[in-house]
Amino acid sequence: MQLQHLLGIEPLHPQSITEILDLADHYADQNRSRARDSKALAGCTQINMFFENSTRTQASFEIAGKRLGADVMNMAMQASSIKKGETLIDTALTLNAMHPDLLVVRHPHSGAVDLLAQKVNCAVLNAGDGRHEHPTQALLDALTIRRSKGRLHRLNIAICGDIDHSRVARSNLILLGKMENRIRLIGPATLMPAGIGEFGAEVFHDMEEGLKDVDVVMMLRLQRERMDGGFIPSEREYYHRYGLNAEKLSHAKPDAIVMHPGPMNRGVEIDGEIADDLNRSVIQEQVEMGVAVRMAAMDILMRNRCQAAKEAQA
Amino acid sequence: MTSLRITNVHLIDPERQTVELGNLSIKNGRIAADDPTLPSRDGQGKYLAPGIVDIGAKVCEPGERHKESFRSAGLSAAAGGVTTLITRPDTEPAIDSPETLEFANRRAQATCAVRSYQMAALTKGRLGKEMTEIGFLQDAGAIAFSDCDAVVTNTKVLSRALTYARQLGALVIGHPQDPGLSQEAAATSGKFATLRAIPAVSPMAERLGLERDLAMVEMTGAKYHADQLSTALALPALERAKQQGLDVTAGISIHHLTLNELDVADYRSFFKVKPPLRSEEDRLAMVSALASGLIDIISSMHTPQDEESKRLPYEQAASGAVALETVLPAALRLYHAEQLSLPQLFRALSLNPSRRLGLDSGRLSLGAPGDLILFDPDVPFVLDRFSLWSKSKNTPFDGQRLQGHILATFVGGREVYAR
Repeated sequence: MQLQHLLGIEPLHPQSITEILDLADHYADQNRSRARDSKALAGCTQINMFFENSTRTQASFEIAGKRLGADVMNMAMQASSIKKGETLIDTALTLNAMHPDLLVVRHPHSGAVDLLAQKVNCAVLNAGDGRHEHPTQALLDALTIRRSKGRLHRLNIAICGDIDHSRVARSNLILLGKMENRIRLIGPATLMPAGIGEFGAEVFHDMEEGLKDVDVVMMLRLQRERMDGGFIPSEREYYHRYGLNAEKLSHAKPDAIVMHPGPMNRGVEIDGEIADDLNRSVIQEQVEMGVAVRMAAMDILMRNRCQAAKEAQA
Repeated sequence: MTSLRITNVHLIDPERQTVELGNLSIKNGRIAADDPTLPSRDGQGKYLAPGIVDIGAKVCEPGERHKESFRSAGLSAAAGGVTTLITRPDTEPAIDSPETLEFANRRAQATCAVRSYQMAALTKGRLGKEMTEIGFLQDAGAIAFSDCDAVVTNTKVLSRALTYARQLGALVIGHPQDPGLSQEAAATSGKFATLRAIPAVSPMAERLGLERDLAMVEMTGAKYHADQLSTALALPALERAKQQGLDVTAGISIHHLTLNELDVADYRSFFKVKPPLRSEEDRLAMVSALASGLIDIISSMHTPQDEESKRLPYEQAASGAVALETVLPAALRLYHAEQLSLPQLFRALSLNPSRRLGLDSGRLSLGAPGDLILFDPDVPFVLDRFSLWSKSKNTPFDGQRLQGHILATFVGGREVYAR
C-alpha cells in the first residue's frame, strides 16, 4: 500500500523508511549544490498548521516546501480560531474547502493529527502530536546516523533523558527498532513510561553504564515545564546524573556521535563544549538533514497522491 | 392489558439458576401461578428472563436534555430490555436537593417508558465538602447516594456521610479510584498507552480507591456498593471485605466486561470511558470474578455524549458511552463464548441489582412484578449507531457484530416494546 499520509513511524514498513532516506540523501546533496530548487511540488499548496509554538520545525518545513516549488502558507493556529472555540473538525472542514494538497500539522495532543487526517481530503504530514510521534525528526536522525556511520543497522544507540514526554524518543525508538539496532534508554525512572520494557529496548538509570560502548548518543530536551510536576528533584541534580559531559561520553565508543533534536538547554542536559565539538556533535547536520528529509517525505506523498488520483480516474 | 400468559418459552430463573421450557402467567401486573385461562401468547421457544435492573444510567435531565431525556432514555431502555432504570445524579446541576430530585422524579413518571428510580448525590454539588440532605432525599425517593466519578477526597466528610447514611439504612455507591494517580488519565498505563502516548493511570489507583473505601466502610458500618471495578488488582481487597462480613457489593460496566484497551486503536474516542478500558488479562479476571459471584452486578454505565464532545483529540474528548440498548447483546458475547451461563448473566443484570436496592423485581418468583424480557440470544446483527433510540449515539459497538434481539419488553405485564 502506498503512503497517503505520514502520521507516524509506527505504520511504516522498513522498506518505505529506506525509500524516504534514499531520496532524502539525494536532496541533501542537491541542497549543498547551487541548483537546489526543484519543481517537484510546483502548483501544490502546502499549509503549515502549528497548534503549538515552533520556530525551527516550521522553518524547516517551509524551506523544504519552497525548495520543491510549492506554494507555502503558514497558519499560526495558536492565535486563531481555536481561541474562538472552533473545533479541530471544523477547522478541517474549512481547510477542505480551500483545496490544499498537503497539510503539515503540529498539535499538543496525541492523536490529534490522526483525527485531522481522517477528515481532510489532502495528504497530512505529522510535525509532532503531543507525546506521540514526530516522524520527520526520527527520519532526519536516521539519515544523519546513516551518513555518519555508513549504515543504519546493528548499531548501539542510546536515547537519553525525558523518554516519557518525548515524541522524538517514541518515533526514534520505533524507527531504530524497525531497522534492527540495539537501543538503550537512559533516564530517571520517573521519566520512563510504563511498559517501556516491552518495546525491546534496554532501560538504564545509570548513564555511564548505559553509554558503555554505544555508537550513537541521542540526547533529548528536558522540557522545563516538566519540572513543575515534580518528575525530578532539581535541574542541577538532573545535570549531575544525566547531563552529557566529556566524562560520561568517554564511556561510549571513541567514534560515537552526539545528537540532539534541539533546542538545547546547555548545562541542563548537555555540556556546551560537547554540543559544539565538531568531531563528536552532529547537531548542525541534523538540522541540515531535516530539510532534506522533509523534502523527500513531501515529494513522495505528492507523487503517491498524483498516482492515486490517476488510478481513481482510470 | 396487565394479565397475560406466555407459553412455550425457555424461562431463565436467576434465583434457581435454571433454564427450563415452560409457561409463565402474569396477573394484574405480577407473576402468578400458571393460569391457562389467561390470554396467551406463543413464545416460540425463545427465552424469557426478568428485565434488566440497571444501576447507574445517566439521563441528562436536568441540564443537558439534548443528550438524553427521560423519554428517549425510557425508549432506549425498553428497546434494550432494561425494565428498571436507576439514574445517576451527575447531571448539571447535580441532583443534590429534594427539589431537583422531585423534578427528575416528575419527568421520569411523566415520560419514561420503564420503571425509573433516581439516585441522589452524597455531597452537595458532588464537591465532596458537605453532605446532602440524605434524610429528605430518601423521603423524596432517592434509592441510593453517590457522587459518581467525583471521588470524595476528604475522608472526614466521607466518614460522616457514610455514618449518617448508615443510620438511615441508605446505600452509598462509591467510585473506587485514587484521584491523584488518575488525574488527567485517559488510558491504563502499559505498552498500549505508551505507544499511543495517552496520559495513563496505573490499575493500582483502583485498588487504592477501593481499599480506602472499604476501610471507611469497616469504620462506619455503611452499606456500600462499588460502582465499577475493572482490574484484577482490586479483587483480593473485595474478597477480603466480603469474607469479613462487610455490607459490600461490587459492579462492573458492560464495557469493561467486553472490551479492552486495544479497542481504542487509532484514538477512537467512543472507546473513552471512565475508568479507562483495561488490559485483556484484567477483562478476563473480571469475567471470572463475575462467574464466581465475587462481582455482583453488571451495569450499563450509560453515559450519553453529543458528537461535539466526542469528536476531539482523544485526551480532550469526553468520557462515557451509551449502552442501554447494547448491554444485553454485549453481555451475550460472554454467553456465546461459554464463559457465563444465561442464569449467571441475569443474576448480575437483574436479580442482584434489584436485591441490592431492596426492590422485588429481577426474578421469576410468584408475586414478583411482571417485568420481563422475551429475547432470542442467537440472532446475529451488525449494530448501526444511528438505529439507537437514545438521543446520543456514542456507542463503541458501532459497526460491530453482535448477537441477540429483544423481541418484547414487559413492565408490570404491559408490553412497552415489541420488535
